Parts: sequence; C-alpha cells; structure tokens
Amino acid sequence: MTRTLATARRVLQQLSHDPRSIAMIVVLPSLLLLLFKYVYDGNPVVFNRVGPQMLGIFPFVVMFLVTSVTMVRERTSGTLERLLTTPLRRGELIGGYGVAFGAAALAQALVTSAVAIWLLDMDVNTPWAVVVFAVTDAVLGTALGLLMSAFAVTEFQAVQFMPLIVVPQLLLCGLLAPRDSMPDVLHWLSNVLPLSYAADAFSELGSTSDFTSTLTKDLVILIGCCTLALAGASLTLRRRTP
Amino acid sequence: MNTWKSRSSEPDLTHSMAGLYIQRMLNSPAIEIERLTVTRGKNTVLPDLTVSVPTGSVTGLLGPSGCGKSTLIRAIAGIQIIESGSVTVLGGPAGRPAARQRVGYVTQASSVYPDLTVMQNLRYFAALTESDEQAALVAVDDVGLADKMDTLVGDLSGGQRTRVSLAAALLADPDLYLLDEPTVGLDPVLRRDLWQLFTHLASQGKTLLVSSHVMDEAGRCDRVLLMREGQIIADSTPDELRADTGEDDLEQAFLVLAEGKAA
Repeated sequence: MTRTLATARRVLQQLSHDPRSIAMIVVLPSLLLLLFKYVYDGNPVVFNRVGPQMLGIFPFVVMFLVTSVTMVRERTSGTLERLLTTPLRRGELIGGYGVAFGAAALAQALVTSAVAIWLLDMDVNTPWAVVVFAVTDAVLGTALGLLMSAFAVTEFQAVQFMPLIVVPQLLLCGLLAPRDSMPDVLHWLSNVLPLSYAADAFSELGSTSDFTSTLTKDLVILIGCCTLALAGASLTLRRRTP
Repeated sequence: MNTWKSRSSEPDLTHSMAGLYIQRMLNSPAIEIERLTVTRGKNTVLPDLTVSVPTGSVTGLLGPSGCGKSTLIRAIAGIQIIESGSVTVLGGPAGRPAARQRVGYVTQASSVYPDLTVMQNLRYFAALTESDEQAALVAVDDVGLADKMDTLVGDLSGGQRTRVSLAAALLADPDLYLLDEPTVGLDPVLRRDLWQLFTHLASQGKTLLVSSHVMDEAGRCDRVLLMREGQIIADSTPDELRADTGEDDLEQAFLVLAEGKAA
C-alpha cells in the first residue's frame, strides 16, 4: 500500500512540474462544453440531451491519452525496467497510476460539472452522481490507456491508439444516434464497449432525479471494465524481456 | 564531495552486523553463472558463459561496446529472458522477489524521472525499497549532488543524471550493486571519487559488478572480467593480467588477450 501511494504521489509530482498539462486537464473540458453549448445555441434541446453525455466522455478521452503517453514514456525511458528490479509489485505500480489519475480526474470532474450545471444551466438533478460517473469514466480511460500502452512502442503510436480505441466507442456509445436504432451487429458491438454504459448513465442522469437501478447497473459494469483493464495492464508488465 | 566519509559515520551496529554477515557469506560467491546462453532475435549474445563474482569485492566487467556486458548484467538483475543455464545471485535464482531488496541495478541510460527534482526521485526510490529520507540525503551527498537537491533532473547534465541514478541505488543499501557504465561522461575527479566510493562499499562487504568500456578503469578493480563477443576472455586481478600478458598497460593487455584468442 505504501508503494502504491508513493507511486501515486510520484506521478502527481511529475504532473505538478507540468502546469500547462494541469491547466488542460482541468479547464479544457469546460471550454469544450462552452463551445458545444453555443454551437447549438439555436437548438438547446440538443445541448440538454448530449451535454450530460459529454461530461462522461471528456474525462475518458483525456485520461486515456495522458495515461497511455505517460506509460509509454515509462517503458521507453528505462524507468519501468528499473522499477521492476525493485520490490515494487506490478499491481502496486498500476494501482498507483490509477490513484493518481483518478485524483486528477476528480479535480477535472468537479470543475467541469460545476461549470456545466451552474454556468451553462445543464439540466441534471444529481450533481454528486455526475461526479461519481465522471471519475469512474476517467479511471476507465486511465485503465485502458495503461493496457494499450503495452502495444505502443513509441509515444507517437500511443497517440494514434486514440482514434483506434476511442473514436469507435464515441460513434457507437449512443452519443450521435440512439444505440437501438443501429444495425444489429453495431448494436451488439456497442453492448460490449464500456463507453456505451458511461453514455447510458449520463443520459439517465439527465432525465431522472433518482439513483435508478439502471445507474447502479451501469456503474457496476464500468467498475468491472476498469478492474479488467487494470488487471490486463498489470499482466502486460513483463519483468523479464528479450 | 564528501563521498564515503559520510558513510563511515554510520552506527557501529550496522558495521558489526555487516561484519557477521560477511563472515558467513565470504566463502560463497555473490554471483554464480553456469552455462548461460542468451539469444536476442537470431543473435546469440552470450554463448554458454560460466563465471562467478566473489562477495565483498569490486569486479570490473570490461570490453568493447556490444560485447554483451549489458545483457550479462540484465541476466544477473533477473530481467533478461535466458535461453538456458543458471544465474545464482546471493544464494538463490536471479530476479526472485527476495533478491530485489538486496540487488541495486543501475542501467546504462540514467533511469530516473527527468520531470522530477533530484530529491523527489530519491524519495520515491526510497519509498519503494523501504528506505528513508535520511538514506536519500546520505546518497545524494555520496554522489556529490547535495547542492542540486531541488533541481529538476531534466535540467542536469548527462553525468549528473547518471549520478542521480546511482544515488537511487545507494539509498537502498543493497548487498549487490550492478552498475552498467556508471562513470561514462564524468570528469576525472568525479570518476576517481566514485571509484573510491565503490572501493569503500566493497570494504563494507558489498559486492559490486561495474561495467566499463574504458580499459584504464580495470586498474581500479579487485578483479577484472574481460569480455569479447559474448565470452569471458580473462578472469583475474589487474596485476595477474599485466603479468600474464607482459604488458603494463591494461589496454595493451586486452589486445594481447583478444588477439591471442582469435589466433
């Protein structure tokens, strides 16, 4: 546990030396929401339908990118190799990353939700649930980023996993078109992609004021996906390499 | 630079425990490698290598770039996939969990975080190895970077980064140091100071395996392993090397051995 927290502290310290990245993590989603709101100025219904889903998708995308690049850097710089010769366990390393970026995600979610709800008058009734889901989505992004970093040899490749892993999920998650209106194959595919449950949860948050059973189911599925991806990520950390 | 003086002020308890420990371990080598074969891709980097490194000494691993020094060190650190053979480190298989606390591996490239300060790096490595702030402060002083504690590692020179990397190993106080080219790019004064530190650590019963491609560093070692094309072509003391080859200069001695082997 000490080593997990030490790792989380180290990752956050690295981030703290990079104020521009912090600013982008914290402020960028709010700016995009603002842009989105005024793009649909003439049609506020769209903002109220899609806006909440955006709250869930931004942290996912940002954290996926940040984490996969950071982890590829760790792999290519030789620090990962060194860490694996210390008593640090693989799960502790992955857990540390999860905790650090989870904390960054919490800051992001608080700022973005506050801006969305109080400044942009987004129609959600349970702000705390919005934050819970935003953080869960961010951790999901972190977990998938850690997993995918194993398949990238360079930071350039890692960035390109964004269109590979994220864009299909954006198209299929129900953000652009309702999932049940899609062809069967795509609908089935959207059922196995985690971001669909994030989008589901946020449209539910936009329409109800209770923490419904749908929300509970979505949260359980999302946490399950995080766990799977984190476990998969720790398996990709090979102590012995050719 | 205060190098080893700060270490000699450690409590006597540590010394006597280390002393007992040395008594017990002196007879068995710190590293025993038998018939080790390592292939990378289609190349056999280490073909059937057998060697051992005595406890409580500084052993130099010398040879030209690309001769397999780093691969051998990686195998001893337990992070190299090996084809066959056995690598025994401190009485057990290389890379086993129990050995990780006791082996300090410093890679050729300085494997510390450039976007952290010197002390942030050292505190992190201290936390991983159940060491503490005090050990980190001693280590940063040992490598002569006490005045750079709050500098970002990315703003340091290459040689300074290498020393931060070394300090991250020192603070864990391991029994076995695996140092891959730790003195590259250092000025002669720093090189001398670091070699004094290595000798001092060995006098406390620590074992050091130090690789270098600079032959004049061989003269500073208790033992020298000369490597060429994946094979150990000499395993002796610097004096024996000079005597056997009839060359005073160790660089010349290496040439004699390398050409003798080829002929």
